[in-house]
Amino acid sequence: MSGVILTPEELAARRRRNLFIALAVGAFVVLVFAITLTQLQAGVLERPL
Amino acid sequence: MAVVDITHTRPASASDYIALLKPRVMSLVVFTGFVGYMVAPGQGDAVLGFAAVLSIAVAAGAAGALNMWYDADIDAVMSRTRSRPIPAGRVPGEEALMLGLTLSALSVVTMYLAGGLLAAGLLAFTIFFYAVVYTMWLKRSTPQNIVIGGLSGALPPAIAWAAKTGALALDPLILVAIIFMWTPPHFWALSLISHKDYAAARVPMLPVTHGAKSTRIHVFIYSLLLAPLALTPVLTGFSGMIYGVAATLGGAFFVFLAWRVLCSRAGEGDAAQDKPARDLFGFSILYLFALFATLLVERGFG
Repeated sequence: MSGVILTPEELAARRRRNLFIALAVGAFVVLVFAITLTQLQAGVLERPL
Repeated sequence: MAVVDITHTRPASASDYIALLKPRVMSLVVFTGFVGYMVAPGQGDAVLGFAAVLSIAVAAGAAGALNMWYDADIDAVMSRTRSRPIPAGRVPGEEALMLGLTLSALSVVTMYLAGGLLAAGLLAFTIFFYAVVYTMWLKRSTPQNIVIGGLSGALPPAIAWAAKTGALALDPLILVAIIFMWTPPHFWALSLISHKDYAAARVPMLPVTHGAKSTRIHVFIYSLLLAPLALTPVLTGFSGMIYGVAATLGGAFFVFLAWRVLCSRAGEGDAAQDKPARDLFGFSILYLFALFATLLVERGFG
């Protein structure tokens, strides 16, 4: 089976990119969590249904 | 969009992806958005305010990435933009497109959660206006491209205001109008310096279509309109004396520099004659920062 064979330099670059994407996704999750907590404290659950 | 030959010179680094987000353009947008949030009435909240300003920053970056994806053919021709990640072959165009689309969606969703529907809608409109209306349409078709397209760069204070208050008012719209009127003299001063690039890339910038003299006249007229407009917040009572002094002195110097551009031969091919345009371009950035900084000091920090 043939495919694209990455050089060690390209593999390292891909690992770095993946790490940054993971960090960004993690930061987004934390941000949404913090926003949700803040909105809950503002009494968003006390609205009439 | 023309096909750009992608030759990988080296694997893309994190800085290449950051460059796609146009961080220097982002800084002014973030600052005006931050001030817009701080000067809006109401208590506000640190977490929600941070999320709102971050959403504006990420949206500006997303619009920048979409712009670089679409304009890779123009960027490859212009010396100022030739070393950008896509024309230099370090990042494939499709990756910039995907990055732009992903960040657009994330920023609008975050703004909706933190600032509500109006702010999120305005943010989505801003990205659309910059990436589609300006980049794909106006930029390549009319010398008024940056005048109309400037609306997207002018909206952040209103978006941030809407995020904090849930509504719009006259005051944030005046701030939008000031940035809107500031954009043409700011950008045309730059285009006087790099008009050869625009001509080579066949971008119908004003110096290319109407010549340097017409551009210098336009720069002066817009500066004459901008200086009094920047005083409007004083008249409406939105700002106080510190802002009034900054806007008066800054506006007078802005008009003086524009007058120097008018009387010069900037943009006519001799780089030594371009200095007045370079001075105006540099000062215009300082001027806008100063206006919003004094507004922040007066209203944001009480």
